[in-house]
Amino acid sequence: MAEITLKGLAHSYSKSPSSHSDYAIRQMDHVWHQGGAYALLGPSGCGKSTLLNIISGLLEPSEGDVLFDGHRVNELPPEERNIAQVFQFPVIYDTMTVYDNLAFPLRNMNTPEYKVDPKVREIADILDLTPLLSRKAKNLTADEKQKVSMGRGLVRDDVSAILFDEPLTVIDPQLKWKLRRKLKEIHERFNITMIYVTHDQLEASTFADKIAVMYDGQVVQFGTPRELFEKPAHTFVGYFIGSPGMNFMSVSHQAGKVMFGELPLPVNEAVSRSVAAAGSSNIKLGIRPEFITVSQTPEANSVPIEVVNLQDLGTYSLLSFTLNGQLFKARLPEGHAPVGDAAHAVFSDQHIALYVDEYLVEIGHE
Amino acid sequence: MNNKVLNNRAWLLVLPMLVLVAFSAIIPLMTVVNYSVQDVLGPNARFFTGTEWFHSILNDASLRNAFVRQILFSLTILAIQVPLGIGIALIMPKRGWQASAVLILITLPLLIPWNVVGSIWQIFTRGDIGLMGWGLRELGINYNITRNAGDAWATIILMDVWHWTPLVAMLCYSGLRSIPEAYYQAARIDRASKWAIFRYIQLPKLTNVLVIAVLLRFMHSFMIYAEPFVLTGGGPGSSTTFLSQSLATMAIGQQDLGPSAAFSIIYFLVILLVSWVFYTTIMHMQKDKNPHGGA
Amino acid sequence: MYRLDNAQQGEKYNTIFSRTTPAQRRKRNARSRLRSRFLLGLYLFLMILPIYWLINMSLQTNSEILGSMTLWPQNLTFDNYIGIFTNSSWYMGYVNSMLYVALNMLITICVALPAAYAFSRYRFIGDKHLFFWLLTNLMAPPAVFLLPYFQLYYSVGLFDTHIAVALAHCLFNIPLAIWILEGFMSSVPKEIDETAYIDGYSFPRFFIKIFIPMIRSGIGVTLFFLFMFSWVELLLARTLTATDAQPIGMIMTRTSTASGIDWGTLAAAGVLTIVPGILVVYFVRNHIAKGFALGRT
Repeated sequence: MAEITLKGLAHSYSKSPSSHSDYAIRQMDHVWHQGGAYALLGPSGCGKSTLLNIISGLLEPSEGDVLFDGHRVNELPPEERNIAQVFQFPVIYDTMTVYDNLAFPLRNMNTPEYKVDPKVREIADILDLTPLLSRKAKNLTADEKQKVSMGRGLVRDDVSAILFDEPLTVIDPQLKWKLRRKLKEIHERFNITMIYVTHDQLEASTFADKIAVMYDGQVVQFGTPRELFEKPAHTFVGYFIGSPGMNFMSVSHQAGKVMFGELPLPVNEAVSRSVAAAGSSNIKLGIRPEFITVSQTPEANSVPIEVVNLQDLGTYSLLSFTLNGQLFKARLPEGHAPVGDAAHAVFSDQHIALYVDEYLVEIGHE
Repeated sequence: MNNKVLNNRAWLLVLPMLVLVAFSAIIPLMTVVNYSVQDVLGPNARFFTGTEWFHSILNDASLRNAFVRQILFSLTILAIQVPLGIGIALIMPKRGWQASAVLILITLPLLIPWNVVGSIWQIFTRGDIGLMGWGLRELGINYNITRNAGDAWATIILMDVWHWTPLVAMLCYSGLRSIPEAYYQAARIDRASKWAIFRYIQLPKLTNVLVIAVLLRFMHSFMIYAEPFVLTGGGPGSSTTFLSQSLATMAIGQQDLGPSAAFSIIYFLVILLVSWVFYTTIMHMQKDKNPHGGA
Repeated sequence: MYRLDNAQQGEKYNTIFSRTTPAQRRKRNARSRLRSRFLLGLYLFLMILPIYWLINMSLQTNSEILGSMTLWPQNLTFDNYIGIFTNSSWYMGYVNSMLYVALNMLITICVALPAAYAFSRYRFIGDKHLFFWLLTNLMAPPAVFLLPYFQLYYSVGLFDTHIAVALAHCLFNIPLAIWILEGFMSSVPKEIDETAYIDGYSFPRFFIKIFIPMIRSGIGVTLFFLFMFSWVELLLARTLTATDAQPIGMIMTRTSTASGIDWGTLAAAGVLTIVPGILVVYFVRNHIAKGFALGRT
């Protein structure tokens, strides 16, 4: 059981990093609490695999500390950290049977066979591997192999965290959800900390209680799936979470009005005040496609838009339109789609978010 | 492999190759078969002899000795070169300029003409001017490859190990390089010892290249000619005379067309047979291990 | 209540982690690394030693060689090399060897490329048998073919020509080339071919313009192997030549005369036979590891 703390952690693959861009992970602090189911979500190249490898001990961070229950483990190799890791491509020992695969970590610790056997059978049972125990691991399907590699982590009593590095990449879509459920089940049963790296927001939100979104070497937001959707702390989170992602407008405050380029935006007092107080040249307003309503005729606080494309997606339709030359997306309920090229849009005031220098700034609504 | 298109016009692509290989393989082979059943006394005087030459070859004591020596030689060098080659491959650097440098150095013996390999070792082992021969003599060891059959054998084995271990090492090295890093990482997390990593990760991945290595080494060592010919000339006595040299002496030296042709055929068949048995055994073993695997 | 208090926890980690301290472990890793470096160094040293001795002797006069034992040349001399380079009967040996090796590489690659493509892409009547028969040619002892080759090439008037040796070496080089190339070609997705045909490429144009560039490294490695096996072979080369196309390996036997062996020249000639190999391996050094797996790991 362990609580994993990252303190002032940074990592660079170059020996003498000089600029920001030399870092795969930029200065960060983070705590993974014991027993949590976490996801580490981000696009490829954002540093999430690097972070995972630092936690597991395959990499030594160039700056800062990794603490397990308050003890510094920076220099400890993976074999002494009590963690298990499941890789993107299933790693199994081809020549061994499933049974021997599962027993392997225990035998490496010189566990007597009478203790190995019940443990292996227990884990095989949980993972539905019992009928396969005597099979050669080489001939298993990808999802079975992935279960075996997970099982090797679970057999050890001392494992306090399991790290998953995009474990479902090679699994057939229809089996993915089954395996994800299995993961959930194991998490509930063993009370083990699990960190799940993925670039798929759906996978992250179905698996994890809390998601850490990584962008450009940093965790930009750590929250529940709901928080990520409703209150993205960073423009990247807004853009990355939700489909389609958040719409952003670069705005400025001129003569008492919030200007989107040449266009004054009809926003309420609170927003306007916050924009005025921002004190930066990088101010953006964000609005989720779900919170834009579109009508045929002008309404209060509406802006005129030009329809580009309308996609009917069954229960809802996706409208692409331009405003002030920029492309926006709106998600409209059935029957609310406009006809023709010109229409009017209203941005719901409560759902407008303000970003100064890419980070969220609270607006004093109401 | 099963997604190939059936297209008999592919024969057109194979044809030029076929003509050339047929010219250098089939016609000579037919000549050999032809000779093996005849006694050629002159341009217009040949007699059909049936299997007579084959009988005499199979009953020839000196050839039988050469055959035993050949088997002994091939087994010995395989027993040394395979483990040694694996060992070297394991300690070769994986990347950087050192990797390139070591690669080039290790490949070196493979690119030396075989008779020059013989010459190098002839010089190297001479008691008067060779470093090794001189060194051993200075150490008080009575080493002489022209007199002592044991010394000659040891030297030829050493020479072959020097010459061909690089091939095994290179094959294994390329096999090792194809193992994804994740395997080693998983093994560390599973607390596998170095031996366990070798036994359960590296060795299984090496089986394919090792099959090739053993086949190639068996074939080549079974045909060895130039190196011992230059180094010992087959001596002392006939203690290091192997099959190819016996054949060359018989065919070129003594012009015994019939017996040497029969000998050739038996020789070729033995290599084919051993290679085939080895190959099918390995494939069979892999199939046993893999009852559900459609390749 | 899974949470232990701090002191207890500290103890727990100490017992788990105390097997080795980081410093000890680092030392152990460094030591095992050092050991493998040492063993590798030792192997390379022993491997180089005979070659060094050859080079050493090639830079000495015969009187120094036969005189007292010297570990390096006391009177450095290049006379042995100069002797080889100024005597046409000597250096023509190199020219002959290189000529037939180059000819063999050219012929082999020209016929092996289309054949390997056929094996990697199509099924046709007898394909498996043909492939197996090809491989059996790799197992044919050259000694078996000595006499028939001699007679065959003599009767067609090719005896003592470079082309004769080049053709003879095709016996083992063509099967080898097809084997290696087939491995490389099979790793190129078939979709590439299909797309090209849809784009209106004819087969020859596709093959030369698209396919061959894609397996460049495979061809490089194949040429390396062709060079290697043709350059090192002597038995056939010797049998099929007399004077005009004699390989260097044969000319080297001239150093032993009635008055003794000309060690210096023999050594120098030997050193010169190693040089082309070094050049060739240098060119393919980045692909060679994959090449030795014959394109199929």
